[in-house]
Amino acid sequence: MTASSVAAEYNWLFWILVVVCGVVSTGIAFVVLYSAWYFRRKRDNELPPPSISNSVKMEAAWTLIPLFLFMGMFAWGAKLYFDIERPPDDAEQIYVVAKQWMWKTQRPDGIREINELHVPVGQSVKLLMISQDVVHSFYVPAFRIKQDVLPGRYTSIWFRAIKPGKYHLFCAEYCGTNHSQMIGWIYAMEQPQYQAWLQQGAAEGSLASDGEKLFHQGGCANCHHFDGHGPGPDLRGLYGTTVELADGTTTVADDVYIRRKLMDPRATTVRGFDKNVMPNFSKLVTEEDAIQLIAYIRSLGPAPTAPSSIGTAPDSYGKQPGIAYPGAGPIVNHTPGMQ
Amino acid sequence: MTTPQAPPAAPSHIDYLSERQGIWPWLLTTDHKRIGLLYTASITGFFFIGGFFALLMRLHLLEPKGALFGLETYNKLFTMHGIIMVWFFLIPSIPGTLGNFLIPMMIGAKDLAFPKLNLASWYVFMTGGIVTLYSMLRGGVDTGWTFYVPFSTTYSTAYVAGAAIGIFIAGFSSIMTGLNFIVTIHRMRAPGMTWFRMPIFLWSMYATSLVLVLATPVLAITLLMVIFERLFRVGIFDPSLGGDPVLFQHMFWFYSHPAVYIMILPAMAVISEIIPTFSRKPIFGYTAVAYSSLGIAVVGFLVWGHHMFVAGLSVYSAMAFSFLSYLVAIPSAIKVFNWTATMVKGSVSWDTPMLYAIGFLGLFTIGGMTGLFLAALGIDVHVTDTYFVVAHFHYIMVGGAVMGYLGGVHYWWPKISGKMYPEGLARLSALIVFIGFNLTFFPQFILGYLGMPRRYAAYPDEFQFLHVLSTAGATILGVGYILPLCYLIWSWKYGKPAGRNPWRATGLEWQTSSPPPSHNFEVTPVCTHPAYDFEGMKEELELA
Amino acid sequence: MPDMVSNLSGGGHLPSRVRDHFRTAEQQRESEMLGMWIFLATEVMFFGALFVAFTVYRTGYPQAFGAGSADMNIVLGSINTAILITSSLTMALAVHASEVGNQRWLQVLLVLTMLLGCVFLAIKGVEYYQHYLDHKMPAVWFEYSGADGSKVQMFFVFYFFMTGLHALHMLVGIGVLLVILGRSLAGSFSAEYHTPVAVAALYWSFVDIIWVFLFAIFYLQGLHVMR
Repeated sequence: MTASSVAAEYNWLFWILVVVCGVVSTGIAFVVLYSAWYFRRKRDNELPPPSISNSVKMEAAWTLIPLFLFMGMFAWGAKLYFDIERPPDDAEQIYVVAKQWMWKTQRPDGIREINELHVPVGQSVKLLMISQDVVHSFYVPAFRIKQDVLPGRYTSIWFRAIKPGKYHLFCAEYCGTNHSQMIGWIYAMEQPQYQAWLQQGAAEGSLASDGEKLFHQGGCANCHHFDGHGPGPDLRGLYGTTVELADGTTTVADDVYIRRKLMDPRATTVRGFDKNVMPNFSKLVTEEDAIQLIAYIRSLGPAPTAPSSIGTAPDSYGKQPGIAYPGAGPIVNHTPGMQ
Repeated sequence: MTTPQAPPAAPSHIDYLSERQGIWPWLLTTDHKRIGLLYTASITGFFFIGGFFALLMRLHLLEPKGALFGLETYNKLFTMHGIIMVWFFLIPSIPGTLGNFLIPMMIGAKDLAFPKLNLASWYVFMTGGIVTLYSMLRGGVDTGWTFYVPFSTTYSTAYVAGAAIGIFIAGFSSIMTGLNFIVTIHRMRAPGMTWFRMPIFLWSMYATSLVLVLATPVLAITLLMVIFERLFRVGIFDPSLGGDPVLFQHMFWFYSHPAVYIMILPAMAVISEIIPTFSRKPIFGYTAVAYSSLGIAVVGFLVWGHHMFVAGLSVYSAMAFSFLSYLVAIPSAIKVFNWTATMVKGSVSWDTPMLYAIGFLGLFTIGGMTGLFLAALGIDVHVTDTYFVVAHFHYIMVGGAVMGYLGGVHYWWPKISGKMYPEGLARLSALIVFIGFNLTFFPQFILGYLGMPRRYAAYPDEFQFLHVLSTAGATILGVGYILPLCYLIWSWKYGKPAGRNPWRATGLEWQTSSPPPSHNFEVTPVCTHPAYDFEGMKEELELA
Repeated sequence: MPDMVSNLSGGGHLPSRVRDHFRTAEQQRESEMLGMWIFLATEVMFFGALFVAFTVYRTGYPQAFGAGSADMNIVLGSINTAILITSSLTMALAVHASEVGNQRWLQVLLVLTMLLGCVFLAIKGVEYYQHYLDHKMPAVWFEYSGADGSKVQMFFVFYFFMTGLHALHMLVGIGVLLVILGRSLAGSFSAEYHTPVAVAALYWSFVDIIWVFLFAIFYLQGLHVMR
């Protein structure tokens, strides 16, 4: 099973460990069984001839040799872990909301799936995940990836499928009665099939357009005016910028920050808005809503000083033509229109 | 201020078993040997309850959709199996039984430093056990033995608080036992019994006690917070009330990883006695083996994060925990090499305890080696929370700790009961345990590598073959465990008298009669030999 | 230890208070003291885990925890701290009295220590009652008008959890001192045998020290927030 970009290296390391450990274990087993046979007791009162029972050299050898082996395993394992944990810059971002007992995925173009996720082969996909209730874990054995999905906090994992196919998605952290039913499928498809799938799965609106509706329904616009004179900050161009806080520190306005502003507004106070009258929305919005609102704020224009990884390609998502979609990867250009 | 002391312990033919009969002399005894037997009876009961749950789970998993139960029942089964086996069997197993029985005798003392505290620890343990069993009868627990929040605090509808309170109570018994052992080993050693003349058993139990005393309070307080949060609906760990579920995991594993060493160090203690005795050779590298126990205890406190590599740790803290996890593997490796070297050029017998010790060496090596896989960060990502982990820790817990316990029970059975068990049957059952164990758990490594997540009541069809193999192994293993229960009880009454020192072993516990008198020794022994000094004691032991 | 007699032969004479599994009075005394020290180590881990959890959240929510701390009654808290420190002094003097074999003073000082402990608990009770009237008692009656109610509540959860646990330890300590007092009145102690007094004093001082830390984390940071 080498279905993802990290799987081949994973398998190499795994089987090298099997060989190394197998050789050492066999060696130990051989000495034990050989001694048990060759030095077996011949008489009931037998006292074996005196032999050494202490050797600093041997102790040093079987301390240091394993230590070196272990350091090798540690280093390679850590390197692989970095590969698994650190997404490449061109990864397409897909949101995952886990709840008892299903996986919901949302992508920027608005296509949502339950217990399924379709991805193109060769495209790096970064999953930004959060749980609505208890701890879950997103596990795709064939991709050799796993990441716990926590309530109240985004975690992420990425993969790049390299072989078309249908792969198991398991919940790997026990999450209640139907834990063993919280399974789904990842479909890795070649680009043509993937495009065909996108065509038939066209959503009614993009994430951002759904977020825009929520933005107005929830009364956000009452404070966050788009002229810079409201009781709350103007959110245009916010996403991706550095925000100065009242306590003199700064933070980057990313998904984590904006979600926290919604769910836990007092955690940070933006400089110039010291009263911080932002109400707490944690009881009103679900994690899916939050993702849509973040997508909307993100769509409100690129940050002036945004890093280059945030794409500025013309975007055809949603109802607001000309809005760049930060983080959207190459397949943006192939995305069919939504109207 | 002085009064004449009672005459010295009664003549030798009155042993601790026959001294005062009846239910109260047993239930109110402060004799460490009788308390050891009380523990033995209790943990045997808990072992078979937990084992019964395991067998039900294995039968259920014969079919992909589950053969016997609904999802919720299965979830309760694995939870109760875990809770009972971890807290009511494995943790008290060797310390509560063999530790209680042997520590005073090995150091040449009349009893542990605090005999009443020792008795109290058994009552506390039983109270905790009964509370936990009661909450299981009332409807069971379905959180997994790990009690992860916010499931345990908020979402579960089962009897979480009851089970947690039972574990909380039992924790105090661990602390009492550990405290008693530490003080005893420090202060109660017989004249001439210096630290470096102590049998390795004592070094390992000392290290175990350190962990018991320092780790258990953290579990106690963590469970108390979970209970508090669950009963009063106030925020401590629940993220919707501002809490941090990962903090719970840190606090839980800060106890529960060292708890692994509470389980395996005593088994290492037993093995370190069996191998020299049945090889008739001093243990190879005494100092290295002694210090490696302490090394495990100390470094073991710094590796808890390796349970959380995919839980949202930063990559750098994950690296630190991975590095330390490899360091903690070194002392275990040192022990394995030294045990192996002890056998070389010895006079190796194939008595039952030695068969268990050899089995332990093999299974513990496999368990330890697969631990190296799990400590490798990138490798862990795929196999953690799968059957690979299940297989790994069963190789340590069952292949290591239970094999060690059974080996120890057979080794010291002549001392405990004064009788010999039927040797042929005992060897046969050791073999059955070894085969059944491997058939049960080796397929689970493969299942894990193939991606079978743990704690699944139902599973995709392609995993069925390996599950069936595993269940077949479990039934064999079950037979292997019931056999010793039967013949040991039989031998209690009908076995041949064992004599003082049937194995010609060197420890002080073999210098007194079998079963020992209440005060262990008629005269306080004076230790004149280093541990395992077969050469120096060859006249006494009639070796040639 | 003038009357310390070796029991190696099994037939020697021992002081009456030496239990028969100890060889000497010295061995018994050292065992009992070491046992208490190890017990205190477990207590350090017990409270230590709570201090760590508190610190994690205190770092995460400095404002809310500051706001919670501002509701503490610093006057009563300071008085209580003084009372407990004084009780440590009387306890230490009691140990001294036991060492010189002055039973009368030992009893007086034990009573004084227990009294101070009771006063501490009474004042703590008054504080709890004030929190109740202020509706700052999580799970019973908690209201908070400002922002961040759940985090302020968390402060109070830790406050009640930790000070409550501490109060429980105080109760146990008073019970232990009662037993010691009873044994002193019964004539169990002498200049030669007084280990239980020293063991109890270790425990009492430890509980005092815990309070000093609790006082710092719960009461003093609020002063800073209030300026």
